[in-house]
Parts: sequence; structure tokens; C-alpha cells
Amino acid sequence: MIENRPFITFLSHAVLILGIAIIAFPIWITFVAATHDAVRMVQVPLPLLPGDQFFANLDQALNKGISGGSNSGVGMMIFNSLVMALMIAIGKIAISLLSAFAIVYFRFPFRMGFFWMIFITLMLPVEVRIIPTFEVVANLNMLNSYWGLSIPLIASATATFMFRQTFLTIPDELLEAARIDGAGAMRFFFDILLPMSRTNIAALFVILFIYGWNQYLWPLLITTDQSMFTVVMSIKQMLETAEQAPEWNIIMMTTLLAMLPPVVVVVFMQKLFVKGLTETEK
Amino acid sequence: MATVQLNNIGKVYPNGFKAIHDVNVEIDDGEFIVLVGPSGCGKSTLMRMVAGLEQVTSGTISIDGQEVNKLEPADRNIAMVFQNYALYPHMSVYQNMAYGLKIRGIPKAEINERVNKAADILELTADQLVRKPRQLSGGQRQRVAMGRAIVREPSVFLFDEPLSNLDAKLRVQMRIEIKLLQQQLGTTSIYVTHDQTEAMTLGHRLVVLNFGRIEQLGTPIELYEKPASLFVAGFIGSPAMNFTDAKVSADGDSVDLIGGVSFKLPEGIYRSFANKEVVLGMRPEDLEIASSDDDRRDMVTRLVEQLGADTLVHGSFGEAKADMTIRLSGIQNFNPGEVLPVRISPNKIHLFDPQTEKRLD
Repeated sequence: MIENRPFITFLSHAVLILGIAIIAFPIWITFVAATHDAVRMVQVPLPLLPGDQFFANLDQALNKGISGGSNSGVGMMIFNSLVMALMIAIGKIAISLLSAFAIVYFRFPFRMGFFWMIFITLMLPVEVRIIPTFEVVANLNMLNSYWGLSIPLIASATATFMFRQTFLTIPDELLEAARIDGAGAMRFFFDILLPMSRTNIAALFVILFIYGWNQYLWPLLITTDQSMFTVVMSIKQMLETAEQAPEWNIIMMTTLLAMLPPVVVVVFMQKLFVKGLTETEK
Repeated sequence: MATVQLNNIGKVYPNGFKAIHDVNVEIDDGEFIVLVGPSGCGKSTLMRMVAGLEQVTSGTISIDGQEVNKLEPADRNIAMVFQNYALYPHMSVYQNMAYGLKIRGIPKAEINERVNKAADILELTADQLVRKPRQLSGGQRQRVAMGRAIVREPSVFLFDEPLSNLDAKLRVQMRIEIKLLQQQLGTTSIYVTHDQTEAMTLGHRLVVLNFGRIEQLGTPIELYEKPASLFVAGFIGSPAMNFTDAKVSADGDSVDLIGGVSFKLPEGIYRSFANKEVVLGMRPEDLEIASSDDDRRDMVTRLVEQLGADTLVHGSFGEAKADMTIRLSGIQNFNPGEVLPVRISPNKIHLFDPQTEKRLD
């Protein structure tokens, strides 16, 4: 819409700035808190301007963790989170691509039955099936392992459904042209379908990476070994100090660090992400 | 290059719909055959069966004497050009053309040679070869789609309404190019279209299909001059043939319209149909302005359409209200309501049986 009215311009900017301020303020507080020492953080009022302890806090968060706590640095936990998030994202995409491919392009008995079976798992998120899932994972000896962290979260109805819709928009003639060119099923999948779903895969990767990264309940349940803790769950544990006040500066620094990888993923994949969500022309 | 035989081909869809009934066609080596008919007549289904994209319910399809019913499309040595081009959108023009050859495991050098040769024939520049299909215009995409078929060096080309996504001007141009290309390569071709002009201009022979049956098979001129049925008569030729109910006279030498107007028939041929109710067919271009009074029939004009090269006059004969169209060449100025003296040569008259809709002669 093209308008040339100063008041509208002013108003729209005001609304946008207000929106940004509301979203950015907590992040600013987090940043400010991460730059002060522990003593300043328990005094009122809360500081609103950065202090000079940023690098000291960074050093402590990365290498030592909160003092008196049982944690050892945040590096290992970020690595664990990264592995879990990547395994979930890549695993989900791989499985959904293949199942959508089977559902759309193959005629087998009970095809729609299988589709609906996948689809109704949407109604069963991790929290609902957490006890039986825990039982299965425990019986398979996958507690305290990357497999245990990621596999139960991999099956995905949403992604399967999304790829199904994408494949349905690809004209049948392309399949026929590929058949005449002599491409078999898997060749068609890798040479034609995959490259054509590139932007959708990217968009889904961003969403699923963040989904995996933010997992809290499941890692909390199945990891007892500190070397397998993920960063999101351990932030919460940092607050549970028995005797003294929580070390807000270290906790906030850890939070900042925990925010970084998703931000990096979003920033680098933003172009593909937007394309994947909006592009319709095939 | 090859011959193609369709023997008693039938197709029944799983829902019981019978799309094709007992079709028999023998296609010679190097022949350009056009399957033509209105939408839903089964022409595309028939071609897709030749391509191997549809199962054949009954009958056999042979390419070069070898039965191909059970062969995969890739093993039939055919190449197909699709209506919406069906180019792989993520591949460059070059890759699109090379893909089939790559799968076949043909060496890179040969692929390169064949693609460049095809690009030459189709006048695709080196600059266009590296582009993606979406960066090309409709006509160029169509060329690429044909290039993909040419590089395969197949024994049969299949064209599935390849021109219907182009605008009218480009369609005429590409039509000529396809015709020239087929002459140059001499490859047996099957072409599906619903456009009778395309069919007439392209085909060595035409197969007119209606409701899954062959109405007539013949050269364009045979179809034009001796349409075997009402359907073919109405389908071939533009503007369409005029039809009206009539009755052969008692002596069989003329045909009478309702309301007393009658036209002379060629002598002797229709004697056996004396007094028979018929459908009379006259092509708009066969009706002309009478120069003498003895064979003139008066037509009352209702509407005049000026096309520049031609003038179409709509009107009716006397009491017979059936709409008649006359095509006169050049610009002719008539007014609605004017009475025109019109004649037609007896041998340009077509008669059809109203029940069987077959040609009478």
C-alpha cells in the first residue's frame, strides 16, 4: 500500500518501535544483568545500564559455571544441545521426506490409513506420552545418550504433512517426464523432489532446530549424567541453589549464550526460511 | 525411426469408465499422425498408453514390430513433449536436456555433442543453455521441451497438446517449426490436439476421435472433402459446416429444405435415397454468390461479420430458419435484411443419415 500521509507514517513507525521495545526489553535486561557482578544483581533497583563485568562473567560461565554449583561450564551443555537439536531437526526432515514421498507417490494398501495414523500423532505430543516413552527409552538403554535425547522427538506428523502438501503441488507431468527419461523412484526423489523442496527443507530446519534446542522436559527426565545435560534445562537448575541467592549474572550470561545458536541459525537461513514459507510457484 | 501399431486397443478405468473402444491404427515409419477430437474424447489417454504412462486394458501396442505393453516408458524408445513443458525447474536448460542421457549412462562428451546439436537445430543460444526454465519465455520453454525429446534420438515422438499454452501468434510460428523439424528429422510422430487447424496443417494423416472411438482416419484433405460422419464434418473446417434438416426429392436429383428451397444434387448418385430424410451439410466457403439467375437461391442476411480477408454472412433460406453461414473472400458490404442470391456446386453438397449420423453416398 502506498500512502503519502505524514501522520500515518508517524503512527506506523510509533507502533513498530513500541513493538520492538516490548520484545527487546527482556533481552536487554538479560544482557545488562550479564555485565554486572553478583553483588550488584541482588540489590534493588535492577540496573538498566551495562556494567563492566562482561568478560569476567563470560569466563566464569564458560569455564566454571555457578560457584558452589555442581555444573562445570556451559560449553559442554551447549554442545549437547547442539547435537540434540541437529539430530532432531535432521532426523525429522529425513523421516518426514521419506514418509511423505511414500504417501504421495506410491499406491499401497491402506495408504490413507497410514497417512491418518501419522496425522493423529499430532494429538500426542511428548508430554502426553512421556511415561511410556520413558519406559521404552529406558528399556533400550538409551538413558543418558544422544540417541535417547533425540529419537523420541524425531517422529513428526507436522513435517510429514507439510512435505506431503509440497509434493502435491509438484505437477504429475514432472514425474512422467522423469519416468520417460528413465529415472527410477529413488532417482526421482533425489534428483527432482529434493532440490525442488529445498526452500521448504530450509524453513523446516529452522523451526525444528529451535524446537529441538528449546526442549526442556524430556532432557530433564532422561539425563542424570552431567555430561549429557543440555543448556536449556540446566539454566533452570542453576536457580535451585540451596543456601545462597542465585547468581543472576552467571545465569543471565548462560542464557545469552543459549540464545546464540538459534539466532545464528535464523540469521543465516532467513532468506531461505522466508522463501520456504511464502513461495508457491513451482 | 519406427512403425507403430495399435491393435484393438481398449481402456477401462478402475471406476468402470470405458475411455477407449477398440482402436486400430497403423502408423508408418516417419509418418506424422495427429489425434484430434474434443476434450474427453480419449486422445490423450490413447497417447499416454503409447508412452507407457497408462496401462492398456486390452489389445496390443507395438513399436517397430515389438510389443511394448509391458515395457516401462523409458524402455520404449519414445520421447514426449508435454503441454505444460514439464521442465525440471531447478535444472538449467542444458541439464534438462542432458538428464535422460545422464541416467542412461551415456559418456559426457557424447551428451555434450548431442545437446549442442539439438540446441543448434532449435536455435537455442549458449547463453540460454545455462539459464533456468523460469527465465525463459513460453516459446523458448517449448523449444527446450522439444530439445529434451530430440537429444534422446527416439524412434517415436509424442506431442501432448504442446502448443496450447502459447499465445495465438507464437502458436502459428511453433506449429511451422514443429512441422519443419519433423520433416528434417523424419521421426515417426504422434501429436495430440483439440485444435483442428493444428491437426490439418501438421498431420500426414488425422485420427478423429469421439467418445473413445475412431470417427475417421485419413489425410486432412480426405477428411475435409469426404467427412465420414456428422461429427467429423462439424469438427473439421472453420467456420464449421452448416447443417440443416432436408429431404431428398422423389427423383433423387435434388434435396429439399423445409420451406421449399431446394438444391441440385450430383446426378445419379443419390437415386437410392429418394424421399429419405437427411441432414444436409454445406461448407460456408462452398456457398457463393450466384452470377446467373437459374441456380440462385435467396438467402436473407441476418448478420455480417467483417474479418478483413473474409466476410462471414449469417442468414437463412426462405422458411427454413436454420442458421447458415457463408464465407466470401475479401471485404463485402451487405446489410442485415438484404436478400442475397446464393448458389453451391452439386458436388460440394454433403448428405448424412439423421439416425446413424454417417455419410450417405
